[in-house]
Amino acid sequence: MQEFIWLLPTYPLLGFLALVLTSGRLPKNIVAIIGAGSVGLSFLTAAIIAAQFLASGEDYFVKEVWTWMAVGDFTPGFNFYLDGLSLVMMLVITGVGFLIHMYATGYMADDPSYSRFFSYMNLFVAAMLMLVLGDNLVLLYLGWEGVGLCSYLLIGFWYTNPDNGYAARKAFVVTRVGDTAMALGLFLLFAELGTLNIQDMLHAAELEWEVGNGLAVAAALLLLGGAVGKSAQLPLQTWLPDAMAGPTPISALIHAATMVTAGVYLIARTHILFELAPSVQMLVAWIGLITLLLAGFIALTQSDIKRILAFSTMSQIGYMFLALGVGAWSAGIFHLMTHAFFKALLFLASGSVILSLHHEQDIFKMGALRKKLPVSFFSFLIGSLALTAFPFTSGYFSKDEILIAAHGLEGPGMIFFFGGVLGAFLTGIYTFRLFFIVFFGESKAAHPPEKEYGGWNMNGPLILLMILSLVGGFFAIPLDAVFGQHEEHHVSTLMHGFMIAVPLIGIGISAAFFYFKIWSVEKLMASSLAQTLHKFWHSGWGFDWLYDRVFVFPFLWLARINKADLVDGFYALIVEISRAANSMIVKTQTGYIRWYALSIAAGVVVLITVGVML
Amino acid sequence: MILVWLISILFVGGVIAWLSERINPNFPRLIALITVLLDLALMLTLLGAEPSSGGWVASVEADWIPRFGISFYLAADGLSVLLLLLTGFLGVIAVGSAWDEIKERSGFFYFNLLWTLAGVLGVFAALDLFLFFFFWEVMLIPMYFIIAIWGHENKNYAAMKFFIFTQVTGMLMLVSILALAYFHYVQNGVISFNYHDLLTVQTSGSLEMWIMLGFFIAFTTKLPSVPFHAWLPDAHSQAPTAGSVILAGVLLKTGAYGLIRFAVPLFPEASMSFAPIAMTLAAISILYCAKVAFAQTDIKRLIAYTSVSHMGFVTLGVYAWNEQALQGAVMTMLAHGLSAAALFMLAGGLQHRIHTRSMPDMGGFWAKVPRMAVVALFFSVAALGMPGLGNFIGEFLALLGAFQANITLTVVSAFGLILASVYSLWVIQKIFHGEYKNSEFDDSHLTDLTRREMVYFGAMMIGLVWMGMYPQSFLAMSQPVLLELLNGTEELFAAVVQN
Repeated sequence: MQEFIWLLPTYPLLGFLALVLTSGRLPKNIVAIIGAGSVGLSFLTAAIIAAQFLASGEDYFVKEVWTWMAVGDFTPGFNFYLDGLSLVMMLVITGVGFLIHMYATGYMADDPSYSRFFSYMNLFVAAMLMLVLGDNLVLLYLGWEGVGLCSYLLIGFWYTNPDNGYAARKAFVVTRVGDTAMALGLFLLFAELGTLNIQDMLHAAELEWEVGNGLAVAAALLLLGGAVGKSAQLPLQTWLPDAMAGPTPISALIHAATMVTAGVYLIARTHILFELAPSVQMLVAWIGLITLLLAGFIALTQSDIKRILAFSTMSQIGYMFLALGVGAWSAGIFHLMTHAFFKALLFLASGSVILSLHHEQDIFKMGALRKKLPVSFFSFLIGSLALTAFPFTSGYFSKDEILIAAHGLEGPGMIFFFGGVLGAFLTGIYTFRLFFIVFFGESKAAHPPEKEYGGWNMNGPLILLMILSLVGGFFAIPLDAVFGQHEEHHVSTLMHGFMIAVPLIGIGISAAFFYFKIWSVEKLMASSLAQTLHKFWHSGWGFDWLYDRVFVFPFLWLARINKADLVDGFYALIVEISRAANSMIVKTQTGYIRWYALSIAAGVVVLITVGVML
Repeated sequence: MILVWLISILFVGGVIAWLSERINPNFPRLIALITVLLDLALMLTLLGAEPSSGGWVASVEADWIPRFGISFYLAADGLSVLLLLLTGFLGVIAVGSAWDEIKERSGFFYFNLLWTLAGVLGVFAALDLFLFFFFWEVMLIPMYFIIAIWGHENKNYAAMKFFIFTQVTGMLMLVSILALAYFHYVQNGVISFNYHDLLTVQTSGSLEMWIMLGFFIAFTTKLPSVPFHAWLPDAHSQAPTAGSVILAGVLLKTGAYGLIRFAVPLFPEASMSFAPIAMTLAAISILYCAKVAFAQTDIKRLIAYTSVSHMGFVTLGVYAWNEQALQGAVMTMLAHGLSAAALFMLAGGLQHRIHTRSMPDMGGFWAKVPRMAVVALFFSVAALGMPGLGNFIGEFLALLGAFQANITLTVVSAFGLILASVYSLWVIQKIFHGEYKNSEFDDSHLTDLTRREMVYFGAMMIGLVWMGMYPQSFLAMSQPVLLELLNGTEELFAAVVQN
């Protein structure tokens, strides 16, 4: 069965083609069957392949399908590579992907562009699978750009609103900045190592470059550029919150569970290269730490339910980057998986809330939804607990591993550790701030919900994701063959207790403000310093403001002042000059003999003078 | 002999089409369609031909003006065949795009169209430089008429500009060709315009540079590249759709072909020392024209500037002069031929329907013309270099190869990938997304793509997917030719890189 691995992206690709070629003429239930069914088939195939692969005991498996192009030594193929890492990724993509497709059949039921929606979704899954299964960086790049395209299409899905279009283009262009760096990284790797097959390339890198080699550093930096773009990390993080303009299932699938973690996958996949460039690996950790903290502070100040979750995603991916940076490769991927479960759950549940409230996204216009929306309530409860690393939920195990690994690192390890714990503290506050405001207190909804939106096709996935969020931490994932036996780190019991307690204190503070109302936000906000900070954080630390002024406005200005094309102006000038010269010469043709005679005489005088002088 | 047939069928078909208008005004388009289809079918037989020792699948040589060493020498190898096929394919598409658009003097129109195509085929197959120049001129004059007679509001200006730019630089090339033939006479005692003979001519120093520049300027005007691109936006915005299809799809490619076949191989040393300048011009073309494109409000001008930007990757690839870079240049030529032709057809189709090219007047067309929107999205996405489609293969290979020759300029050029996404998505936003706008024009004829149009676009889409997913079909044809050209000259270029 393993040699049928190419079927994984093929099913959703066929689904995409079927939906596009029929261009909306199919009835909705057929569209749903094709859209969700194709991904379901992929998941079944993936599950069988995974079982066989694990049973075989092999470290990896390669299936060559066809040579994409052969130009000199450059011979990337449509070849699939399966090992523990791609196995986890393909199961997450098809499994969580299928649940989200299921959910979407209900969520999008009233949308006139139902078929277009599922065609994009299917194309996305196909591209994402190519990204994680490709055995070479060019194929990975194909998937990489493909998911970026689908992200663009789906953020701008409701195209009549120009704001959505802007958000979509912003997402595409900002990530393309990173993608371009990554492409340059591929050129560099090929020029130096002569292959872009990932395993061969890593092998060659180990042979050619010693640790700290300048070329290894440059290559790792360029790949990191791609990773920070796709995974919305500093400094290319600005697109993710705007990406929430897309339908909520998209936010769950693309902007939480799968695509945004592609950067984490890329770094883990090429981890040998990063080990050869320790300075870049350290940079990965710093980027992760700073992003997770910045995003945590921003999330405290947001009022849009999806934006809070978006900043939370950014922050959690920061943890994954931190894990990669400190060399805890498996922990990073583990957190990627558990995050996919609980963040998909939170997004989908927020989708149910939003629809039940007739497209209301402001948490301050919700409240007291606990009884009215029981499925959403329990989804949020479990998702929030997992997100805040509540003991024995899935998020607890993965975040625990990351923090302990950071703790064990020499040098800046303690900064990473305490920074990570501070991030967990913030997570506790902002997550339960949302939770208490939305589900407790008084109802402030303009149109209070009569009943919870959604049938079995929406609630079923939520229930399954709840289970996964609870037990996902107990899954053993087979990554040792990929990253080597990882060192067991330990911390003292006191330290461990501290790690567990801090997020709980965060939850407690949230409860004091928003549940028990012992403390009041109004009082906190009374000082001008608090207001300034709030404003600053609410704007995302002013990054959009800065980038607009540094990149966007100058480009627009340059475009505007030179719309007519300077170069064309140069040629127009030549035309003008020759015209002017022509008209001057024409004026000398007066037709008077005496004028001509005078001219000739004057010319002769000038010539003689010149002749004499020389 | 087949090459002679290919060209003469078009010449004869053109004359018949012109004459047939007297019988029925609908005859010319029918005759034109039959002619180009017949030509395309004949070209396909070239695919099965056994190549001779030099890699030529077809050749024909006859004396023309023996006194001056001028012969009627046509030959085609894999590279030529690829471009012949592109010309044949886009010839069919061009006739299709003119089908409903050209009502006036249709006989003379199709005559010009077919003669332009004949000239292009000649350019891609001529191996006698005098004959090459002859065909170079043949494609120019009918194209001038197409713009000047069937063009839009400012057609005379645009046609004249096109004519002057091409004619002046063509004269420079003629001087260079004559100089080359003269040096052959000095060195060997006989005059010859034969490509193989001229390859052996030894020139050196500044003289070689000057002669090379004659070719370079002619070719980069056609391509075009900054600073010789100023004619293109006007020509494109004024030309009828079929004219734009031929112009963007194949006429520009004659410039690229000329660089690969003549400019570099005839003057390897001069080209080598000139390569950094050529690559700099390429990088400037890519970035500068992408930026100017973004500022345009006339949709055809916008696409025209993006063409210049994309052709920059061709120049970059050619002057990097290694296998990957050259294959990238060739693939860019082919893929851009389809994508740019398709985009111009879409723009032309819109203009035909709503009589405006001004993007600020448009918006929200998706709901009104969904098929057109999807097709436009496809070709925009292809143009911005989405992997899986042909343009990506071309630009990626060109950059991959160029990186090995000049890292700085490759890095600079790569920013073009970002700008391409900016302008491509902007076009989609302005025309198809947002609220529906129709205050500035009469939208009663704003109808979705017809079945016939879908056939053309569908064919071009399949072409781009094929190029993107299995480019090997095309790469394998050009590979032996490029390796032969690289043989012996690649080391020269590589030596420059080392220094």
